[in-house]
Amino acid sequence: MTVTTRLRSGETRTTGAAPSRTRRRRIASLKAFLYVAPALAFSLIFLIVPTLQTAWYSLYDWNGLSVATWAGVQNYIDIVQDEQLRDSFLHVGVLVVFYSFLPIAIALLLTMVISRAHALRGMSFFRTVLFLPQVIASVVIATTWLSIYSPNGLLNTLLRAIGLDSLTHVWLGDFNTALVSVGFVGTWLNVGLCLVLFLSGVGNVQPELFEAARLDGASGLQEFFGITLPALRGQITVALTLTVVSSLKTFDLVYITTRGGPGNSTSVPAFEAYNRAFNSGQVGSAASVAVVLTIGILLITALIGRLQPKDTE
Amino acid sequence: MNGKKRSWTGVIAVSVAVALSLTACAPGAGSAPAESSGPVSKDVAGAGDVTLTVWDQNTDEGITDAQEKLNAAFSAKYPNVKIDRVTQSFADLKTTLKLALSGDNPPDVVQANQGYPDMGAFVEGGLIRSLNDYDGLYDWSSYYPESLLKINSFSADGKTWQGDNLFGISQTGEVVGIYYNKKILSQLGVEAPTSLDDLEKSMAASKAAGILPMAYGDIEKSPGIHLFGVVQAAIAGSDAVNELVTGAGGAWTDDATVEAAKTIQDWSSKGYITEGANGVSRDDALAQFEAGQAAFYIVGTWKQAAISEAMGDDAGFTTLTPKGADSPVTTGGEGLAWAVTTGSKNPDVAAAYIDFINNAEAAKTFIDENSLPSVIPADYTPKPGLETDVFDTYGSVTSSGGLVPYLDYSTPTFYDTLTSAVQQLTDKQVTPQAFTEILQKDYSGFVGSK
Repeated sequence: MTVTTRLRSGETRTTGAAPSRTRRRRIASLKAFLYVAPALAFSLIFLIVPTLQTAWYSLYDWNGLSVATWAGVQNYIDIVQDEQLRDSFLHVGVLVVFYSFLPIAIALLLTMVISRAHALRGMSFFRTVLFLPQVIASVVIATTWLSIYSPNGLLNTLLRAIGLDSLTHVWLGDFNTALVSVGFVGTWLNVGLCLVLFLSGVGNVQPELFEAARLDGASGLQEFFGITLPALRGQITVALTLTVVSSLKTFDLVYITTRGGPGNSTSVPAFEAYNRAFNSGQVGSAASVAVVLTIGILLITALIGRLQPKDTE
Repeated sequence: MNGKKRSWTGVIAVSVAVALSLTACAPGAGSAPAESSGPVSKDVAGAGDVTLTVWDQNTDEGITDAQEKLNAAFSAKYPNVKIDRVTQSFADLKTTLKLALSGDNPPDVVQANQGYPDMGAFVEGGLIRSLNDYDGLYDWSSYYPESLLKINSFSADGKTWQGDNLFGISQTGEVVGIYYNKKILSQLGVEAPTSLDDLEKSMAASKAAGILPMAYGDIEKSPGIHLFGVVQAAIAGSDAVNELVTGAGGAWTDDATVEAAKTIQDWSSKGYITEGANGVSRDDALAQFEAGQAAFYIVGTWKQAAISEAMGDDAGFTTLTPKGADSPVTTGGEGLAWAVTTGSKNPDVAAAYIDFINNAEAAKTFIDENSLPSVIPADYTPKPGLETDVFDTYGSVTSSGGLVPYLDYSTPTFYDTLTSAVQQLTDKQVTPQAFTEILQKDYSGFVGSK
């Protein structure tokens, strides 16, 4: 008897408490929502709405001043059909190699060498020097390289000094070398970033592992592929994400060094978007380039994220 | 998980709704301020305290000083007017002016670049006002020659350049021509060229003597417009080029334009222009010419003060006369047009201001600062040397109708199309025929859509 009453009373209590608890939960979640509201409002006004607006503009043919006319997906079709726009996306593909793959490869090589020599003297000095390009404003970097690449700049002077006159070039003015020259600045820029990331990763590896490998007579290469590379998987993913995104977003370097020239040989999507929106009055087309670029960056970042080892998450 | 998803869809739905309500319908609809069509007046003193916001691009040394002087003089004459000057480079003005004009609080007076990309778009968007009524008060039509008024005019809908509505007036005159080094020319035993044939002969002689014939740097891309414009004008003549740029007729693939492209590619092959010009800056090329390392340099009269300072009496200025014509034909025009915005609350004061900084008195201020005014005062005798060359050339091309407009006025995207095509032409990436086809593709797209 007592049991049933208790049960019954218990039941009544639960049924009676149920609505009040959900209400409480609702109030709690409302409170939580209030906490994030300022941040949400901020990103809504300054990120989400402009993004959607850009997507909206991309469906119009608009000079930015007069009333726009509906264009449907024509701006997107143009990205494929218009040689200039298509090329800009191809160029950025080349830049990915120079901004991302090359620096990572070079940084891995340097890591291999440096991690063998543990107590390298002045290590912090070299690390600072290699990281310096990341700290300098990109406008300064671009201007510096503009001067290095100029007809009588450092690079050509150097080539002449060692008797390689035939190799001298107007690096940024030649259709064949301009894009590679811009890309190389990216390589120079990103090696330091990758190296600092990798060195910190190697620092996390138990020294006993290296010691054991050495006692077993492993060569430098074996040590690298057996220990260092697997240990750096997380850092490589981070480096890949950062550098690929920075290459896809490239604007400042191109804007200052070549403005997309000679011809259109160094034009990139971010520059096209800017130029079309603010200079040549093709706001719809600019918006469509921006949308495609954004989606591309999100997709590639998501794909790279899959490389991330699960255990570090 | 489900709840999370639902709240996300909620956020997206709300965002879409907000975005759609913000944009309402087609972008740009209903953004143009209504044009005030009240009576106009010359009265400035009676307008009360007024702050006039002025956007200009007079940043070159002499010109900015002249502008400061004129602003100070206007404020001294009308103490009730305060001038808020916003000055920036041409390129910066070009990119920011559209945004400023389409905002809620546009400047009162702006300098608008001529042609379809800028002035045409502003007129079409209803952002600058027709000055025909103020022309009635200030009589600019009799002060300026017809050729200069035409450049600053559009049809009321902005679709036809050189229409019957005046939208601005200009302070300075501009002619693009060929500066030459007198010492080198006399050393080669040739006269200053006045035709394309002469020029090519002089360049051949210069090349043979081991002197770079023409300094040319095109990394900034804009000098290509001047090089091509000068050669095209000398081959095609003024009527053909005028019709092309205004959209009145003709095609970029016409024989004369192909011939001009051939000529330039030929110069590049023969080494008449700086090698690797696409990687050489405009300033470096000018420095090369000023240092006496090249016989010729093509640029506009706005560089007169700088070249004269660097070379003194060694520099001369010439333009080319097409075959069968009596007078030279070349690219040129006038400085950016001073226009009054539709959104200005004090159009009377704004009009009085632009009259004040553009009139005959202002022209003298510009001459004092070594700049070429759009209308040279009748009683002024230029100083001998480069100034005489420049002033005389300007006077003769404006009066004979030998001025052809900058080619980038042709379509809203022509600046990019032409400048990158010239880079391809000089680097032999395209044939002259293919070069003209690139231009024609952009052109026919725009002319066809009008």
